[in-house]
Amino acid sequence: MNRLLKALWDYRGFIFGSVQREFQSRYSNSLLGGIWTVLNPLAMIVVYTVIFSQVMQARLPGVNNSFSYSIYLCAGVLTWGLFAEIVTRAQNTFLEHANLLKKLSFPRLCLPIIVVANALLNFFIIFGLFSLFLIVSGNFPGLVYVALFPVIAILVLFAIGLGISLGVLNVFFRDVGQFFGIFIQFWFWLTPIVYSSTILPEALRPWMIYNPMYSLITACQGVLVSGQWPVWQNLLPVTLLALVLCAFALRLFRKRAGEMVDEL
Amino acid sequence: MGTITLSNIGKAYKQYPSRWSRLAEWLSPFNRSYHQLKWVLKDISFTVKPGEAVGIIGINGAGKSTLLKMIVGTTQPSTGKVQLTGRVAALLELGMGFHPDFTGRQNVYMAGQLLGISVEEITSLMPDIEAFAEIGDYIDQSVRVYSSGMQMRLAFSLATARRPDVLIVDEALSVGDAYFQHKSFDRIREFRKLGTTLLIVSHDKGAIQSICDRAILLDSGSIVKEGGPEEVMDYYNALIAQRENSMVLQKKNANGRIQTTSGTQEAIVVEIILLNDENEVLEMVNVGETVSLRIKVQVKATIPRLVLGYLIKDRLGQPIYGTNTHHRNMPLHDLRAGDLIEYNFIFPVNLGQGDYSIATALTDSDTHMTNNYEWTDLALLFTVININQPAFAGCAWLEPNASIQLHRQTSDDAQ
Repeated sequence: MNRLLKALWDYRGFIFGSVQREFQSRYSNSLLGGIWTVLNPLAMIVVYTVIFSQVMQARLPGVNNSFSYSIYLCAGVLTWGLFAEIVTRAQNTFLEHANLLKKLSFPRLCLPIIVVANALLNFFIIFGLFSLFLIVSGNFPGLVYVALFPVIAILVLFAIGLGISLGVLNVFFRDVGQFFGIFIQFWFWLTPIVYSSTILPEALRPWMIYNPMYSLITACQGVLVSGQWPVWQNLLPVTLLALVLCAFALRLFRKRAGEMVDEL
Repeated sequence: MGTITLSNIGKAYKQYPSRWSRLAEWLSPFNRSYHQLKWVLKDISFTVKPGEAVGIIGINGAGKSTLLKMIVGTTQPSTGKVQLTGRVAALLELGMGFHPDFTGRQNVYMAGQLLGISVEEITSLMPDIEAFAEIGDYIDQSVRVYSSGMQMRLAFSLATARRPDVLIVDEALSVGDAYFQHKSFDRIREFRKLGTTLLIVSHDKGAIQSICDRAILLDSGSIVKEGGPEEVMDYYNALIAQRENSMVLQKKNANGRIQTTSGTQEAIVVEIILLNDENEVLEMVNVGETVSLRIKVQVKATIPRLVLGYLIKDRLGQPIYGTNTHHRNMPLHDLRAGDLIEYNFIFPVNLGQGDYSIATALTDSDTHMTNNYEWTDLALLFTVININQPAFAGCAWLEPNASIQLHRQTSDDAQ
């Protein structure tokens, strides 16, 4: 484990450079360059806030703020977006970099780490803009905002454990990638992101605790919409699951890393 | 110092009868195995000592690249162990990790970091890298506009910016123009002189023979021959000439050099000698002396068409001159068993001093790939000495008619 961390540390330059490069490469041949990195997420936030609050007059049941549904939506969609980006990119990262893996000798775990770093960078840009919007529109929740950091940390841990596991499996069974593409769509709609969990039938609600994303997303929504501190013990199962997944991912990766290169 | 030690290296790929059987194996609780192993390399052991240069040759699919990948560490061996000491640099694929949208300079940083070089070190190496690649202003333009040769130049300069203890090269040198090929080769030679251990995979006979101390021939996943580069190269040539039929034989001749013979033996060289104009057999030839190469061939079976070729090679096995009766439009047709043919080739020995060898080939066309009746390396050895010509350097005697004119300004003109 120590050797692994040291190897990764030795390649921090490569990791950092890759993140920077991927970020730059998206806009390297455009006239406006870096401005696009802000314009894209800005457009998304504008769509969610202006359209839903002003045009469609959507309201959360029981809350009378005109922006509440927009904030609810953004809190869910943005954090879900971080999760989805990490998992779907991590599950393809080994396949995408097959050439590199076959030809050069470097710590392989750099690849999923680059995925996480990139996703986090994108997330911080869009979430920063969103936070700015909250401050400007007078909806900033205050101190409780800091509770988001541990929640996001758990979410990232969960996503990367799942992502690496799927990434390794995907090398051997390409069906995994295809299947997860479908699965994650159902997962999205089975998590109260676009709708409120209160509209779910009574009978279904107890089952929600088996959805690990449910507790994470509701924690974020709670902080941002109503300024509530997360109920930490509700997050305990998903934290444990994330740790178990990470351990499993590491074990799977170690056991199959050699075979993986043969299969690419 | 850099060493490479391979002990009993083997590599097998798993082959599953169907896609589902891998899943069955993974899920099987009793570790039942559903796969078959396909061995591509078996029992490879060799050591490359510090400062030694070893060449690996073999036909496509012999396992050379797999072997290199295991040495470099991208692929794990199924059995055995690879041990490397010292800092290793590998030129397996040049330009890995280059991104077309970024400038040459940015890519050098990126690819350099991927090779494990720190940013500060790349910065300090940058002037050397730029100077060696000689791509001028292109260094600050995106790699998209580079020619493949320029990309290769930059990648090579980066990969060899620091002198490694062990350098592993995989035919990468065959890219680039002649100028850069020479330049890169010189750099490798210079590294060698400074003590870098070299392992090189190549089909280029010249490269192997001029740089390596030792060669290893791989065939279908195992080492079939190990020894001096010329000896192994000759064996390799004989092997590709004769994939299916007949034998390959090597025997030591009087000078301790190894003679390789291969072919179907349907026609064989029974005598090969050099004669001077007084019909005396020669071993030493004076520079510029006219000699007659006499080759007697015995036909052992019915042969529709027979071509005899010979190739004069220098001490390192580099070809100096070769021709055959196909090119000279003198093939023989419809030969019968028992025929004896005498060939005479008369030529002036316009060669520099040194040892030379002659290889002979009996075939039915201008290559020895189709019907190889007999191919013999080192069929005849001779030495060129300079008895009565002015001293000169090099392997060719290109006697000039020299004339010199001296122009000098007198002191009057100067005023």
